[in-house]
Amino acid sequence: MYHYIEYGSSESPHEDQEKYERFMERIEAGEKIEADDWMPDDYRQSLIKLISMHGISEIMGALPEKEWVPKAPTLKRKLGIMAKVQDEMGHGQLLLRVAEDLMKPYGKTRKDLIENLLKGDLKFHNVFHMPTRTWADAGMVGWLVDGAAIISQTNMLDASYGPYQRALQRICQEEVFHAQHGEAIIMALAEGTEHQRDILQESLNRWWPSLLMFFGPSTADTTGTSKQDIMIKYKIRKSNNEELRQAFLDKYLPRVFSLGLTVPDETVHYDEEKGQWVYQQPDWNEFKQIIKNNGPRSKERLRLREIAYKNNCWVREALSKEAVGS
Amino acid sequence: MERGEEEMIESAEKAKQDPIYLNALKDLIYQLADDDFIISFRGSEWLGLAPHIEEDVAFSSITQNTMGHALMFYNLLEELGEPEADQLAHERQSNVRKNAIYFEKKNGEGHYTEEPYYDWALTVVRNFLYETFKKVKLEAITKSSYQPLANVAGKVLMEQPYHLAHWKIWFNQLYHSTDEAHERLQARLLEASEEIGDVYELGHHATEMEHFELMISEGTLRERWLNEVSKTIQEFPSIDIGKKFGSGREGDHTPDLNQALEILSEVYESDKDAVW
Ligand SMILES: [Fe+2]
Ligand SMILES: [Fe+2]
Repeated sequence: MYHYIEYGSSESPHEDQEKYERFMERIEAGEKIEADDWMPDDYRQSLIKLISMHGISEIMGALPEKEWVPKAPTLKRKLGIMAKVQDEMGHGQLLLRVAEDLMKPYGKTRKDLIENLLKGDLKFHNVFHMPTRTWADAGMVGWLVDGAAIISQTNMLDASYGPYQRALQRICQEEVFHAQHGEAIIMALAEGTEHQRDILQESLNRWWPSLLMFFGPSTADTTGTSKQDIMIKYKIRKSNNEELRQAFLDKYLPRVFSLGLTVPDETVHYDEEKGQWVYQQPDWNEFKQIIKNNGPRSKERLRLREIAYKNNCWVREALSKEAVGS
Repeated sequence: MERGEEEMIESAEKAKQDPIYLNALKDLIYQLADDDFIISFRGSEWLGLAPHIEEDVAFSSITQNTMGHALMFYNLLEELGEPEADQLAHERQSNVRKNAIYFEKKNGEGHYTEEPYYDWALTVVRNFLYETFKKVKLEAITKSSYQPLANVAGKVLMEQPYHLAHWKIWFNQLYHSTDEAHERLQARLLEASEEIGDVYELGHHATEMEHFELMISEGTLRERWLNEVSKTIQEFPSIDIGKKFGSGREGDHTPDLNQALEILSEVYESDKDAVW
């Protein structure tokens, strides 16, 4: 789902034309590729990028919601949001392990991933650069950010790479609970006091552009790069960015309106003839800035990870010594 | 109320008949609930910041269980005529809270959203000491004269061994590893010994608790706890145990508790008419 962010180069000649043809036959036949199978370098590299960004985004994604965990307004909500954030960390763990296996031939480990994140080379998803200002944001993340994630993740449920595909199966099962968790918070607010409805609408207004950006630009000319084609050629995902965004709008806009909420775009409407939603483009220049870690909370979130990493260095050292010594 | 050896109080209705019994019972449950609640609050601040991702997941699961235990104890209080659980958790001022003071101590320097220089050594030592204590206290409570409380204690004790095992592993791994890790743990142990002395106290109603067989005596509780701790840390019981900041069981608390209450009740307090 984090296909549009690129780092490094991925071009290299296909090692062996025969192996490549055999590989493509397997892809075309819908077979699953496993970690130890032969694969072309651009397939491996695309997967590493995709899965490490996905994994690290799960982990960075825990941070904006986590701000509201200790503050959640009831004991049951405290329990619910804690469980949800724990799941996201678990998704990160699961995905990073898949990425780690793919990185083995390059001699890279999780340490490299975390260090690339802190250096700014490994990007995380645009939505997790945004502030969570009120409790309504905690609901909005669960409802619409996870809702968007469900759309893009289910699109890859049949991905050609077996370990990723199986991880996604499990993740998607849990995501259903996340969406319910988010929706429950949103419903309580929508049916609540004036103050609650106000913070809900204010939250949606703020999150709207980020939600449109979530799926990435329609074409490469918007931001200069796009991995959509290679992802589709290798049967990692099925649909392109715009198709995913349309699926999201199809599913959620009617729900948004039925709750009596509005979105901050007066032009938004369904074009019956074209069979798609028409909306105002978000500012894709801003998007580029956000994913370059120049978003409103990019630095602060990275700072949290950096402190957690460096501050606990003595613990990891002690653990690795213990492992060797015993 | 005169009770014979084997008399059990099976229901809240029956407990309410004797105000002396009721007050002692409530005080005991407040101690259990408030301990679990504040420990799980401190745990929730750690979320996303643990030494590695696997630990984040494991620690969070323990924290959720512990908050679940707090909820069960608050529910018992609700049955005994106290306000509802969310009110008890979010609205009470610090001077009526009954948790031991050491458990409210901040996780380290900084705030959980800004420059959180949290100390894993403190967390390991504190949670280890807490879980050993919780084990012996709840084991005693399974024989309590108040049946609903004894039942909850039994339920909690089914999950609790995993928590204790988790922190025991952490303690042993770090204590017997690098010099730095050993020293950090040692320093936190020493600090704990100076502050944790109110943990085995039973507060203003200690005599009644023992008399009504709600609970064993403070002396026995202390002895059993130190014995449990010494299975992992032989030298701990020989250290003098003090209570530098007073007794949380009697309502003494530090500014750290107020800091916690401010955060955990921020949204709750923002709209008192709201259903969340
Ligand atoms: Fe997730
Ligand atoms: Fe999720």
